[in-house]
Amino acid sequence: MIRNIPQAKTYSQGFKLYVGLYFVFLFAPLLVTCVLAFNDSMFPSLPWNGFTLDWFWGNGPVKTGIFHDRINLDSIWVSFKVAFFVSLSSTFVGTMAAFLFEQEDFPFKQLLFFLMLAPLVIPGVILGISILLFSNTLGVFFETRMGLDVGLFRPGFWLVVLGQFSFITTIATLIVSARLKKFDPTLEEAAMNLGATRFETILHITLKFLRPSIIGALAVSFLMSFENFNTTLFLVSSQATLPINLYLQVRDGSTPVINAISVLMIGGTSVLALANLYFSKPDR
Amino acid sequence: MNKGMRWGLLIFILPVLVWLLLLIVLPQVDMAVMAIRADNEWGEKGFSLANFRVFFSEPIYWRTFARTAVFSVLVTFLTFLITMPVAFYITKVVSSRFQGFLTVLTLLPFWVSELVRVYGWMILLRESGVINHFLIKSGILNKPVELLYNDATMVMGLVYTSMLFMLVPLLSVLENLDNNLIEAAYDLGGNVWSITTKIIIPYCLPGIVSGSIVVFMLTLGNYLTPNLMGGKNGLWFTEQIYNQFIASFNWNQGSAFGFLLLILSSAIIWIGLKLTHQSLGKVVQ
Repeated sequence: MIRNIPQAKTYSQGFKLYVGLYFVFLFAPLLVTCVLAFNDSMFPSLPWNGFTLDWFWGNGPVKTGIFHDRINLDSIWVSFKVAFFVSLSSTFVGTMAAFLFEQEDFPFKQLLFFLMLAPLVIPGVILGISILLFSNTLGVFFETRMGLDVGLFRPGFWLVVLGQFSFITTIATLIVSARLKKFDPTLEEAAMNLGATRFETILHITLKFLRPSIIGALAVSFLMSFENFNTTLFLVSSQATLPINLYLQVRDGSTPVINAISVLMIGGTSVLALANLYFSKPDR
Repeated sequence: MNKGMRWGLLIFILPVLVWLLLLIVLPQVDMAVMAIRADNEWGEKGFSLANFRVFFSEPIYWRTFARTAVFSVLVTFLTFLITMPVAFYITKVVSSRFQGFLTVLTLLPFWVSELVRVYGWMILLRESGVINHFLIKSGILNKPVELLYNDATMVMGLVYTSMLFMLVPLLSVLENLDNNLIEAAYDLGGNVWSITTKIIIPYCLPGIVSGSIVVFMLTLGNYLTPNLMGGKNGLWFTEQIYNQFIASFNWNQGSAFGFLLLILSSAIIWIGLKLTHQSLGKVVQ
């Protein structure tokens, strides 16, 4: 069963075969997507017609590659902006929340803790529609009572940021909390005994200790925001993010441009995920 | 506790309260209020359970609801069956030199957007897809078959999307399982089946529960995979919600549906926790 127990050959061979098949299952769709991005064909399918980079750099009239595709480039840019704001704000508030739940004591702490976990068990679609409803209610309220037309309350860029922030902050809180749990409080006490204020202690001692987890939280929230679909679907306006834009294209038939975008996304996320893994190793 | 400490509490708690109140609590309350409001006979909005009556009187709605629930349970179970041996292999069987590498390899695909993964399956499985191409080339088929747009494919897609969320907790509980326990059981005459059911599964229960909760919740709330891989008459409940909001523009009805989905997901998670004597706080750690 385990390393140091000898097993029948068929058993261990069968186990190996199963795990092998699992990895084929795991990577087949990604591999095929990547390979077909370089096929010289009008459709993302076989037969293989030869290698081409047209779906990256092609500048029409027949094939327009991703680097000349205005609509897709725009949506990538929108996704970058959303992910930038979401990762910064989620990590900031998530770090605050980690300090709150790990180091402070106050009435109803348990209740607030459960509320903080709630976004994990609320389906993303529900978060999306509830925030859409509530922002609409607020918008109507401000318009009828005060005659103010607040753009923030209509579907659009900032509402997407808020919708993603609402659950990604929980993830950021859990990441930072996990490391804060391991912090030795005597270090803070020592700093304060030596005359540092609470604020200075946090800035120079605790945040230094938390740095790997804060970088980790930034990276994870950036990725989660960049690929979010469910919550964004209800809050988006004409400025579509990349997943929304790709969804519309995939639904209505596709060209290998989508494969080319997928190659870029797979490459980008792998680099970010591996870098995150490397930098947030606990022993560094 | 000195004054500086209380200031700290205030600074930390304010953003957290604003976040949870404005983006979680009030929107959920607003959704519940919207769900119990509908037009009365004079065309005015008032308190009414009409939205829920529509749900129970129209078979298409409650059937989709039941279907979504049953399929989500099935997907959760299948995901567990498929990933458990893999998690065991990585933590206990393979030589420790490859352990880290295999862990990274299993987790890597899930950093890629769900849309890209579903798209990959679409170009593999569709009528003009890669699998059909090879089946015809090798002479197994003489004309292409549509492998997409049926329930089996949809379930496979949902399992594929969910595997990560089962693997991570399983890897972490198995990591802590003492090999001596398995060895002792083996020396006392246990076989693969009895060791799995009597030692490994009970020990891994916290990990299995937390993985199952996340997988179930994500499957129930999934929109992309059922929409792009499922059949035309294989609706998912999130699609019904989307249709009410975006296509029919009936926000009250949509809220009622959303509310029902939330109740279903909370209820099943609560039952799962009760049955296995776990608590949510412990499970997410």
